[in-house]
Parts: sequence; structure tokens; C-alpha cells
Amino acid sequence: MVKKAHVTTSVNGDEYEYLCEPGQTLVDVLRNELELTGTKEGCSTGDCGACSVMLEGELVCSCLVLAVETDGKSVETIEGMAKGDDLHPLQRNFLELNGLQCGICTPGVLIAAKALLERNPNPTETETRFWLAGNLCRCTGYDKIVRSVMAAAEEMRGA
Amino acid sequence: MATILEDSKFDAQRELNIVGTNPVKHDGLDKVTGRAKFGADFFLPGMLFGCILRSPHAHAIIKSIDTSAAEALPGVKSVVTRDDFPDQPAGSAAGDMTRVAMAREKALFDGHPVAAVAATSEAVARRALKLIKVDYEVLPHVIDPVDAMKPGAPILHDHIRTKGLDEPNDNPTNVTERMVSKMGDIEKGFAAADFIVEREFDSKPMHQGYIEPQGCVAEYSKDGQVELWCSTQAPFVYRDRLSAVLKIDAAKINVQQSELGGGFGGKTGFYPEPIAIQLSKKATRPVKMVLSRGEVFRGTGPVSGTSYKIKMGCTKDGKITAAQGELIFQTGIFTGSMYFNAPNAMFTRYDLENVYIESFEVVSNRPKVNSFRAPCVPQIVFGVEGVIDELAKKIDMDPLDMRLKNAATEGYTTIYGETLGPIGFVETLEAAKASDHYKSPVPEGQGRGIGSGFWFNRGGETSTSMNIAPDGSVTIITGTADVAGSRISIAMMAAEELGIPVDKVRITMADTNSLGFNRVTAGSRTTYSVGMTVVDNARECISQFVRRAAEIWDVPEDAVVFENGECRPAGQNAGNFEPLSIADITKQTTMSHGAVTASTSMNVTGAGPGFGLHIVDVKVDEETGRTDVMRYTVVEDAGKAIHPLQVEGQYQGGAVQGIGWALNEEYVYGEDGRLQNASFLDYRMPVTSDVPMIDTVIVEVPNPLHPFGLRGVGEVPVVPTMAAIGNAIGNAIGIRPRSLPMSPPKLLELIDNADR
Ligand code: FES
Ligand code: FES
Repeated sequence: MVKKAHVTTSVNGDEYEYLCEPGQTLVDVLRNELELTGTKEGCSTGDCGACSVMLEGELVCSCLVLAVETDGKSVETIEGMAKGDDLHPLQRNFLELNGLQCGICTPGVLIAAKALLERNPNPTETETRFWLAGNLCRCTGYDKIVRSVMAAAEEMRGA
Repeated sequence: MATILEDSKFDAQRELNIVGTNPVKHDGLDKVTGRAKFGADFFLPGMLFGCILRSPHAHAIIKSIDTSAAEALPGVKSVVTRDDFPDQPAGSAAGDMTRVAMAREKALFDGHPVAAVAATSEAVARRALKLIKVDYEVLPHVIDPVDAMKPGAPILHDHIRTKGLDEPNDNPTNVTERMVSKMGDIEKGFAAADFIVEREFDSKPMHQGYIEPQGCVAEYSKDGQVELWCSTQAPFVYRDRLSAVLKIDAAKINVQQSELGGGFGGKTGFYPEPIAIQLSKKATRPVKMVLSRGEVFRGTGPVSGTSYKIKMGCTKDGKITAAQGELIFQTGIFTGSMYFNAPNAMFTRYDLENVYIESFEVVSNRPKVNSFRAPCVPQIVFGVEGVIDELAKKIDMDPLDMRLKNAATEGYTTIYGETLGPIGFVETLEAAKASDHYKSPVPEGQGRGIGSGFWFNRGGETSTSMNIAPDGSVTIITGTADVAGSRISIAMMAAEELGIPVDKVRITMADTNSLGFNRVTAGSRTTYSVGMTVVDNARECISQFVRRAAEIWDVPEDAVVFENGECRPAGQNAGNFEPLSIADITKQTTMSHGAVTASTSMNVTGAGPGFGLHIVDVKVDEETGRTDVMRYTVVEDAGKAIHPLQVEGQYQGGAVQGIGWALNEEYVYGEDGRLQNASFLDYRMPVTSDVPMIDTVIVEVPNPLHPFGLRGVGEVPVVPTMAAIGNAIGNAIGIRPRSLPMSPPKLLELIDNADR
């Protein structure tokens, strides 16, 4: 048996202390050890984006990050996006413009979109499409996802 | 209970307040905040994790399986193999389902489950898999269905004899069935033609591509009761099939559906679920199983690949006189491809008299196919619409006009024997013709194509109930899966009927213990059928409101009317009473009379066929063979769009799945019979930057048999996509591709060899 590592990670501002195997991925720990199941796992190989989270302010696929690498670092997941009942403008626009169907890709898409708007508050359609190219969605055909992101961007610029 | 609500026919005069608007869907909030629970999101105390050992061979006798070393590994709580499943005769329905779940005599495809382990963690379970020794005797395999039909091909099942032959024989074969579908006189039809085009086409299997892999938790309790939480399109069908496969009473299996992270047909049949149940039974603990993406590709049903010929003839003025098809469908290793949809749907939308279609279904060493939007139809329509375009060119007719000239209308009797009621194909074609897209000139350097498609739409067995709470709010219990947001549309129909805000209605997706049988969510049946039962329930509740109001006012029932969510006196003579809202009535009468509730079980009929036409502009890079979709418009008859944004979403999602199928997606097998591209990296689905905005035109020709006029909208959007793109590429490069996917290497070959 491999010895487990003792790790401390801040997730959405809360400190979590846990034991994990050295080979355990961040998405595995988030979902199965910390029971934060909002982050989804669609492929485990970095190809679908369902597991997108922010690590130290950078967008990453949490299936490609080992949990031990996040010791002492901060992670943001979908569970931290709304502040209480106050939805992020992205979340609200996805609801109003139907930017989701089944919703399995949605947490990852929202995290990635938020990262986009943090660097580029006024993205073109093309910029939005290329930024989100790492997030597979099989339901929507992307049209309403792109529209939701651009509507949220406009709202946030106005606010 | 009647199969159609006799008094629920469509009423064009009715004023609608909620139907046709776009409220936020009730399940949306949980989905944007990460709270929604999908198949992999359940946990139970004491839960184990299960993993599957899969065959590395496409075809091999399993001589023995030694699990002793795996069982001895600390943390391993149970191991199951074929010996842990009841014996079911090969070739029976339960026999095939058992063998899909777990290989028995032979491993029949690369990725076929041969054993499974439940352990205290996934890591331990994976280590244990490596300790299982399987002694295989490798046999010759066959991947391509045309090869599988040839004399001398390896015979994959001893029991298959081709059904439907004119002269039946007793020869073992890989051809499960032959079917002939015909109308009129095909010879006469071709004799009347001025022009005839005959072409050969083929298509590769694609995967449904849902982003959520299959996930479940099974708990087999000591008294033989099974609880199963899983991601499924068909909780009741899973229950009944598990009952058949595992020989457990259906009433002892309770299936609770999770949120469904995409299915598109691929979650209409189970994969890890029976294994999880048997692992749990042996371990006496709950077992969770979640497939990896590689397992999803290797082990779960893709879509039928095909090889086929289409021959059609028309007169000089564009009337199609004859249409013929010879179709070969690969069904994977077991029968059940639903290939019969193709002859029934491939030409249906055209007013044809003379049709002859011969279809074959063939097994090969691949996973059994599973359904996908309009199963088995889009890949054939790819060829049909290509041939029609060629005919149109021969007579120099606009391709849309050619389709209009031949469009079926009300009263046409289809090849499957149904006489069509009011349908919207002509209206759809006219809307396409009037669209900005079709009217605009084709941009320089691009090609434009169109394609049209049809789907029957479905009804089927549906049970729901409605409970009015004492405060007047409403819960609806459904047993169908919500694949893309049908809950909001169902709630809207209930709210419209009851005259209350949609937010006062909540829907619970029940487990299978809580309702009567509900058929699978597939075939564009759910919003339609569940809508019917919900309207029926609402009307029953309204009659109870009226009865109770009459009692409160002490007037006869016919002196009370229900309008806009209130009971009022029917007129001056009925008395002078303040209207009573639903909440007024339930508050006053729940204690004395009990709750107002209604339940309905019916086999819903009367689904209205759907028709679509797609217009697409493409640019083909003749250096690389890459195709870019520049502009796309979906025109489709919804009957009535209950929630237009949802309907648009169906159109757009279907079109983009079709773009993937048209340009990239395929299963690639090596000489060794193993799947070579079992990952999202190598099996490339469209990403955001691959596609443009998808414009939509919602045509509304009401289905007269539905209270709000709706038809289904889930299947049609993918039916014409590859056809339209094929025609567009043909117009761009001067030669129409006839093999799907139209991937860069294939297009390059076409461009290089074309004598243009
Ligand atoms: S699960 Fe991490 S990218 Fe797919
Ligand atoms: S909404 Fe289903 S995958 Fe995106």
C-alpha cells in the first residue's frame, strides 16, 4: 500500500485538510474525498473540460492536476461561483438564455467563461469560441452557450 | 382510459398565456451552481467501487477465468464473472442482454466485459483487475459488415439464421434479418422516368458522445430488494430488463434516475448496472460504478454503420417516379439496431408511389449498437438527398423546388401504412425558401447545400400523477427521464391548463416504485406524451375544484366554471359569489375532503410527424481537405413550440451533432480488431470554435391530436444534417462525397481523383 499524503488546500475560501494517494487527481479528491461533486469528470484526459477549476487564479483541468500539487494553494470550483443567493451574471445569463440543456458540461463551461471574462471583458464571438474550445458540450450546439457568455460580458461591462 | 384525450384536441382559438414563453427551467438553478446530482454523484455509507476487466480480443473463446489472486487482495470484497449471472439461452432477448453485460462463452468485441471487481477504493479495484487471469483462445474476427456477409466469414453466433429470406435455409450466418419494404410497382416507376441516378454510399459508426459516462450505485439488500441509482433515459425499461436478466421480480428492483448528463439514445440500455447489482449482492455492500471515457467508447453502443445503394428516377419536370434502396446495417455483435426505421423513414416526406427497399442487418465484432436520435435514418438520408440533388441538377431545377414538387401532404399513405394527417412539410420548405439564408447569394468560394428529413415522433406508455398541495401549489410526478429540459415544458402545460404561474408547479422524477410503467425517453415522445397525461390530470383536478366550489357555494356543479385558475359562478343566475382560487379551494377543503389529486396511465397515440429542412454553406480547403461550416439554418416544424428556446436548443444541438458525424466522427479499428480511437482526443467531436451560430426557423403547423398542437422535436434536427453538408461540399468542390464522415483525407482523395 502506498502511503497517503497529507494535503491542505483552500477550496472556495475554505481550508480543507485531507489524506490522498500520491497519484490521486484533484478532480477525484474534490468529488470523492471532499464531496464537492459540482466539478464533473467526463474523460480524465484533459479533453472535455468538464472538470475545469481555477487553481491559483489559472484555469486548469482538474483531472490533469494531482491533488498533492495543490498543497497550500487555492482552488475555485463551481460551488463558489454564486455568493449565497446572488448568482454570478454568467450563471444568470445561462439560465435566462438557455445556455444549458443536460447541464453536465455547465460547471466547467461557467468556470472557463469566468476565466475568459476576467482577462478579456469584451470578447468577440471568435475569441469566446476559441477560449471555450476546450469545453465539450454535446447538447447545445454551443450557440446559446456563446450567446450567454457574451450577454454576461455585456452586462458586467455595464455594471 | 382512452388512448387519446377525446376532448383534448387542438383548439386554434384558445388564448395561451404560458405556452410559447421562455421561463427559466426549474432544474436550471441546480445545474448552474453545481448542486444537480448526476449518475456519478451518489454516495452511500459503506459504498465500494467497482471496475470492469474487458477483453483485449475482438473474438475469443473464454476457456477459463481465474479470479483467486484478485479475491485474495486486501480490500477486494467481491469479484464476478459470467458464472454470477443466470444462464439465459443465446439468441433470446434476455440471453443477448446478459451477454452485452458480461461475456459468457466467448468475448465478442474489443472491450467486452469478462469480469468485475468491487473493492474499498477504485485504486484497489484496478489493482485487482490485473490479477485476474483469463485464458482465451483467439478466433478470427470480422469488423466490417460487408465482409461479415461474405461466404467464409467467421460465424459469430451459432444460432443466427437469416429471417425474412424468400427461401429460408438452415445455414449459420452473420445476417440476422432481411426485410423488404415496398409500395407500387418499382419497374413501372423506373420505366416512367426520364432520368435515373444510382449511387453507392457508406457511413461509419459514430458515438452518441454524451459527456457524462454511465454511472450508478447499486445496493442489493438481504431480503432481495435492489436499489439502483443511475443515469438513464429509461428507468422502467432498465428495471424490467434487469428483472429478466437477473431473474428478480420487477417489483423488487427500484430504479431511481439521476439527472441525465446526455444520452441521445445511448442510455436506453444498461451497461454497468447489472454488474454493479451482482457485485453488491456478493459483497453485501453498495457498489458504485462509473465508466471511464475509454470504456464508454469501447463498451457502449455507437450508431450503426452502413453500406447502401440508392436509385431514383424522375421525369423531365422533376416528379420522382421511383425510389429504390438496398441497405446493409451493422448492428454490432447482437441484433437490435432498429434498422427498420430506415426503410420506413428514408423517403417518407416525398409523395412517392413506387418504392422498393431491401434491408439487411449484420452482426460483426463490435459493441452492440445503441439508438441515437432517429435511429438508423440520418445516415441513409445522406444518400437519398444526395441522389435527389443529382436528379435536380440533371433537369436543371432548384433543389428546393424539386423537394417542393414532390412533397407529401395530408392524406398521403406512407410505406409503413399510415395515412398522414395535417403535416408541415410544405410549410417547412416554403419557410426555408423564404429564409434570409436561402435568399442570400452563395458567398464566393463556398458551396451551399440543403437536405430534408422526417421522423415519425412517438407516443407510448406514460404514467404521471398530479398532487395539489393545501396551499394550491402543484407537484407533478413523472417517470420519464428529462434529457434536455422537458420538465419545464411539462410544467408549462400544466400551469397553462390550471391557470396558475409556472413557478407554482414542480416536477419530481419518481423512482420506479412510485408510478406505473413509463416507456423510455426516446423518439421525441416525452414532452408530447407526458404533456397529454398532465393535461388529463389537470382536467381531472379542475373537475374536483368545480365540485368543491359548488359545495362551498351550495349550488349545482354546472353553475360553476373554472377560468384562469379560479372557480366562478357560471353567470348571473348562478349566484353572487367571490371567485375561489385553487388555493382558496384547497385551503378550505383539504381537511374535509382530502387532497385534490389525479393519476393517469395511458398508451399515448396520435404523435404528429415532424419535418425539417437544413441549409448550410461550407468552405472546403482544397489543399488540406478540411471543411468549415460557415453558415447554418435549421427550419423545422415543431407543431407548437411550448418553450421556444428549448426547441431552438434541440435544433441547434442536433445540427452540431450532425456536423460532427458529417465531417469527423467515426470508429477506427485496427487489423487486430481493436478500437484505435477510444478517447475524445482521437474521436473528435465538434468544439465551440468548429461551428458558427446555428440559425433556427420554428415552423408551427399544429398537431390536431394534441391539446397544444405539439409534435416532437428531438430527432428531426439531426436527420438532414449530413445530407445538407454533403450537398454543400458537392457544390463547393464539384463532386458529391458518398462516404461518411467526409473527413479531410477522404475529401482530398476525392478532390485529387476527380475529373472536374
Ligand atoms: S475530465 Fe478533465 S478534461 Fe475531461
Ligand atoms: S448541456 Fe449537455 S453537454 Fe452541455
